[in-house]
Amino acid sequence: MCLGVPGKLVELYKSGDLLMGKVDFGGISREACLEYIPEAKLGDYVVVHVGFAISLLSEEEAAATLAVLREVSDIEAELDVRPGELQT
Amino acid sequence: MKYVAEFRDAELVKRSAELIRAEVSRPWTLMEICGGQTHAILRYGIDELLPEEIELVHGPGCPVCVTPLEQIDKALALAALPNVIFTSYGDMLRVPGSGRDLFSVRAAGGDVRVVYSPLDAVRIASENPDKEVVFFAIGFETTAPANAMSVYQAARLGLKNFSVLVSHVRVPPAMHAILGGEHNRVQGFLAAGHVCAVMGYWEYPSIAERYHTPMAVTGFEPLDLLRGVLDVVKLLEAGEVGVVNSYARAVTFEGNRPAQDLINKVFQVCDRKWRGIGNIPMSGWELRPEYAAFDAERRFDVSAIQSEESPVCIAGKILQGQLKPPQCPAFGTLCTPQHPLGATMVSSEGACAAYYHYNKADLLSEVKHG
Amino acid sequence: MAETMKTSLEGMVCPVPLQHQERIVQGHGSGGKLMHDLIAKYFVAAWDNPMLNAGNDASVIATQGAARMAVSTDAHVVTPLFFPGGDIGRLAVCGTVNDVAMLGARPLYLTASFILEEGLEIATLEKVVASMHAAAQEAGVQIVAGDTKVVGKGMADGMYISTTGVGLLAEDTRIHGAAAQPGDLVIVSGSLGDHGIAVLAARGELGFDTDLESDVAPLNRLIAEMLEASQNIHVLRDPTRGGLATTLNEIARQSKAGIVVKESALPIKPAVDAACELLGFDPLYIANEGKLVAVVGREDGERVLEAMRKHKYGKDAALIGEVVAEPAGRVLMQTLIGSHRLVDELMGELLPRIC
Repeated sequence: MCLGVPGKLVELYKSGDLLMGKVDFGGISREACLEYIPEAKLGDYVVVHVGFAISLLSEEEAAATLAVLREVSDIEAELDVRPGELQT
Repeated sequence: MKYVAEFRDAELVKRSAELIRAEVSRPWTLMEICGGQTHAILRYGIDELLPEEIELVHGPGCPVCVTPLEQIDKALALAALPNVIFTSYGDMLRVPGSGRDLFSVRAAGGDVRVVYSPLDAVRIASENPDKEVVFFAIGFETTAPANAMSVYQAARLGLKNFSVLVSHVRVPPAMHAILGGEHNRVQGFLAAGHVCAVMGYWEYPSIAERYHTPMAVTGFEPLDLLRGVLDVVKLLEAGEVGVVNSYARAVTFEGNRPAQDLINKVFQVCDRKWRGIGNIPMSGWELRPEYAAFDAERRFDVSAIQSEESPVCIAGKILQGQLKPPQCPAFGTLCTPQHPLGATMVSSEGACAAYYHYNKADLLSEVKHG
Repeated sequence: MAETMKTSLEGMVCPVPLQHQERIVQGHGSGGKLMHDLIAKYFVAAWDNPMLNAGNDASVIATQGAARMAVSTDAHVVTPLFFPGGDIGRLAVCGTVNDVAMLGARPLYLTASFILEEGLEIATLEKVVASMHAAAQEAGVQIVAGDTKVVGKGMADGMYISTTGVGLLAEDTRIHGAAAQPGDLVIVSGSLGDHGIAVLAARGELGFDTDLESDVAPLNRLIAEMLEASQNIHVLRDPTRGGLATTLNEIARQSKAGIVVKESALPIKPAVDAACELLGFDPLYIANEGKLVAVVGREDGERVLEAMRKHKYGKDAALIGEVVAEPAGRVLMQTLIGSHRLVDELMGELLPRIC
């Protein structure tokens, strides 16, 4: 129930009554229905599942998740402490 | 691929594993309830990276595996009808019914077509007005918005030859059934990230409270899975109960409102039988009366189906996390991907198939320790 | 006065059978003049060599003193007939040239047998035949015998082609699936999965677009360069249907050894990666038609890689793994994140999944 793949919205159009878009996954692209993410703009990244965009990806949240890990590992390396010994 | 590759970074994965190791002070049993997560855990060997104290147990998260045998048999009967084009997601083609699968129906002349999106099935219906097009609408909440749209669209287009065979299941009732079960040993939960992308996670805090089981909404890449484990373990070690969003880049508390609205417009909650588990009340979705015309079970007579499970298959115990696939006496001998006895061996998300393909423990240990 | 009908002799038409210049009809397969004309005009004219021109049912080929010959046969049933990067004709020639060359043999002669669907446009056949000619020229082989049959409308998906290839083997060449030794290095000649995904896209059923092209190519000249560079090439195989995973499993089983590959070393184009993510495929199982796997004695790994990278069909060659003693007969992968998992051979059909 889970194969959702992130892709970049590169085109927006209507097909009949439906809001559709072309999503670029990096070398391949596919049409996806955007009815569930009507606020999506060109250049946004969406999660696509069976031809439907179900979620808008947050750049900030993604960066935050990675940053915490990178920061922690950088600091630990600098201070030469074992993982988890820092009060985070 | 952006938003994918970064979350597979070997260094950061190592760090995450170390953080978990530093956090753990005693054994914990965690369950994930998403076929895609089961697949990812085994495919990336995540369990190899976790400390021994953490046991990951796989719940009934594969919609293919839990689709009741009766629905599979109805699908097979419909696909065999002469004027029907039977459309389905690829996963379902190899799932055994009582003796056949959709492949064998196709081999016998049935028009069975794989579609990537339910809108493709609607298109096939518009392009083939002389044929009846049936779409096998299976899945959890992640897939429900797409399946709902196919019915909604078909209605808007006035299509008379499109119908759906519905077999939708919902996660929260399954969680109640497992956590409230007599033999439950699950202490922490990894909630399915894309189910929550659609539904939000507002349903989960009350479940966490009731069963005193902390949860983390978890994604699918190695870093996401480890993050979910870390967040749950932290709560467990602290003796706290709560729900953490460990997949914040794709999931919000309320979830996707337009998707939820359309699901509620087209579907209504119903009881649903889960293959290998039995009936879980209010755990399914069925078409609302306004859309009854699109129900394949009403349009065609599929009432006289007799379904028979293999007596040997213990998929039920596997799906409830009580046993691991290698503990099944038929695993790898009577039951293999070439001769599957149950859906958990057929579906690539099924726990049994995943173990068979990725993780023959005896062979792996020779590499890890040899 | 009654009018009499005027009889005119001007409109006389002689009911000579139509020439059927545009589409294949049943008569093209029946062994008569229609078939002979088709063969002469389209096959022999395009492939033009003394053996074919002799017009016999079989051809005599020269063995040039070689003590052993390699022979291989294949049927080709691809849909659509034309896809980005190639067509069924190129596929047929390259497929069989490659199978013969994978034994370290020099491919020389091909036969080509056609099963044509009634109604197939002859212009299509012409294009395929021309493509086969180009591929044969590139590979340095000649097509010396063939057959043509016609089946009813609705059968054969346009056309099926079956090819058999013959090549010459030097006396001391011992390249085959059971020859891998623990310590050997595993090399792949370039990016994986291009053909399978390109054809899937061309079929249009799953609705995705890509610029990806099939990699279909004859590899015999690349192999010749590799054999020049090293006497220690133990196994050569092309990972066609079933992909790299299936090929490595075959070699592991035949050689009774294990193979470990590193996921981070596998050359995979972003488009193939993305298509596999979208559909739930593993690139290890996708077909390649212009790639080879080489298992090489450890000491010659660098030299072979260098030789490959100088050739247009080996420029992306990569060292992807090694042969080990245990677990015998199995293939393991060290994942991107450092853990290990089994790589099984392909079970049944590759199906897109939603889960």
